[in-house]
Amino acid sequence: MEIVLSTAIGILAASGIWLLLRPRTFQVIVGLCLLSYAVNLFIFSMGRLTVGAPPIMAKGGFVNPTAYADPLPQALVLTAIVISFATTALFLVVMIASRGMTGTDHVDGQEREQ
Amino acid sequence: MNPASDLFAPDLFAPEHLMIAPILIPFIAGALMLLYDERQRRAKLGISIGSALALLLVSIELLNRAKGSHLPGDTGIGFYLLGDWAVPFGIVLVLDRLSAMMLMLTALLAVPALIYSAAGWHKQGQHFQSLFQFLLMGLNGAFLTGDLFNLFVFFEVLLAASYGLLLHGSGQLRVRAGLHYIAVNLTASLLFLLGVSLIYGVTGTLNMAQLSLVIPNLPAADRPLLHAAAALMGIAFLIKSGMWPLSFWLSTAYMAGAAPVAAMFAIMTKVGVYVVMRLSLLLFGAGAGASAGFGAEVLIAGGMATVTFGFLGVLASQGVGRMAAHLVLISSGTALAVTGFALMGAGSALLAGALYYLVSSTLATSALFLLIEPMSREEGGIAAMLALTADAYGLDDVEDDGAPEVGFAIPGTLTILGLCFGACLLVLAGLPPLSGFLGKFAMLSAGLDQSSVAAPLIWGFMALLLLSGLATLIGMIRIGIRTFWVTDGAAPKVLALEIAPVIVLIGMILLLTIKAQHSIRYMEDTARALLTPAIYTEGVMSAPRVVDQPKDDTP
Repeated sequence: MEIVLSTAIGILAASGIWLLLRPRTFQVIVGLCLLSYAVNLFIFSMGRLTVGAPPIMAKGGFVNPTAYADPLPQALVLTAIVISFATTALFLVVMIASRGMTGTDHVDGQEREQ
Repeated sequence: MNPASDLFAPDLFAPEHLMIAPILIPFIAGALMLLYDERQRRAKLGISIGSALALLLVSIELLNRAKGSHLPGDTGIGFYLLGDWAVPFGIVLVLDRLSAMMLMLTALLAVPALIYSAAGWHKQGQHFQSLFQFLLMGLNGAFLTGDLFNLFVFFEVLLAASYGLLLHGSGQLRVRAGLHYIAVNLTASLLFLLGVSLIYGVTGTLNMAQLSLVIPNLPAADRPLLHAAAALMGIAFLIKSGMWPLSFWLSTAYMAGAAPVAAMFAIMTKVGVYVVMRLSLLLFGAGAGASAGFGAEVLIAGGMATVTFGFLGVLASQGVGRMAAHLVLISSGTALAVTGFALMGAGSALLAGALYYLVSSTLATSALFLLIEPMSREEGGIAAMLALTADAYGLDDVEDDGAPEVGFAIPGTLTILGLCFGACLLVLAGLPPLSGFLGKFAMLSAGLDQSSVAAPLIWGFMALLLLSGLATLIGMIRIGIRTFWVTDGAAPKVLALEIAPVIVLIGMILLLTIKAQHSIRYMEDTARALLTPAIYTEGVMSAPRVVDQPKDDTP
């Protein structure tokens, strides 16, 4: 499972970075989305990988912490998803405004002179 | 006394609750203003300035508390446990001398910027005042928070507000600069998140104080991971503080911002510097075992490269806007390099000088950003310039308040503008008699009797410090001559509302200069506390919960 997850994160991050460096705003925003997926998966994996383990412990008595998933990264990733979603949406608005004002979807607002 | 009454009638106005006020006041003010219609600008302006003044009062009181021994536990650290959760598990706000100082600086910049915006800028787009308050909330939260994830959250709050503010007034230039600014900062936030989660994975905590305790005892196998995490977070903060080569976005973004926004942005790089200073000295200070001094070389080299890039930029700039942006770079580069020296064990005197310099140069760059627009104004005055942006925004038909903007225009415009510009020049170039000189002098004299840092490094730094001052002098005098001496007679029309904030900021600088003894002593105490992370750690880790405290109230 570890190898599958790390490969997935790696592929997402690599595609994200490649798209981020492209000259079109649409490619940049898709790149940012992919990168944020990679980061969110990475945060999730920092709580160690467990299958079928609940994050909330039963009340009272001795509990074996290894039988439970770490709830903190789950809480963190939830916050991170919300924030990156909101800021990406804002970026989208600015991108559309830029497209409307300049008439091009180049990140610099003008095509490179050939 | 039944427990229920204890629970539901807490002492809401107990003095310890004041610590969360710098976050709550702008939050409530900002949210409240969203309810108002966009046309009720006067009410919004009133709420906004009222909130900024309240923040100023609160920050003065907090500064007094941080300075004296009024803090609970006499540890020199104020803390506020949100929801009264025990320390390493809950969210904690921490107040020490450094954060109190930064809170004060934020409030000091906010009031003049808002007054300036009253001259017309706040009409150029929607929700200016709300966004401004949310920016203040994010800044204050970032200065107060005691754990890394909340630092991320407050950073996002302030960045989201700054995206909106940068676009305020619209126009093609701003949208283009905003696009770059947002893309760069989103990427930096992702790096920040990677670093935070990696730190959690390695150490199992995000509380800064507990991290400082865990790091010395970390197994050797985990240490490279920790360093990787710190480096990732470091890149995120260094992008924000504008370290070369991560600073190419900065000058365009700062130039594009509306004047009051740019004046407030003067402290945005300082948030990055603050976090670098706080975290590197706390986590990788002398007591950090094998990790002690991690990143010092990068900070020194990067800081010095930033100063070099900054002064070359100042010399090359044609307009005063780009020059001011490069002056911001010089100021944060200096502070970053000194943080690196402090990590290497350079002692508190150098750091104290840098803190003093940081405060005065931030005030001066903020004043300069406010001066730029009146200085470079064409004959038409603010009306023509605003009409330009209003045109782009399609605001012509929303002109509501009836009378067009006819404020009191000051007499002797060029003289007053020239004097203000000269004061900024003196501070930024580090010439006597103003506070810039005192700050630089303190750093130079501490640098001269330095023994723990390699001599070429510290001498190189001092040379750069003097060189950057010279470059600032040359660059700014050139602009000054062009603006004030070689004019064709017609002085621009400048409203009193626009020049008053600048004079207020320069008054702050004067106060800082006159009260130099007190302020430098405060900075020295701050620097000593920063170099002794145990004060912070013990202060936070021993913070008692309210429920555990003995009840001493008598019915």
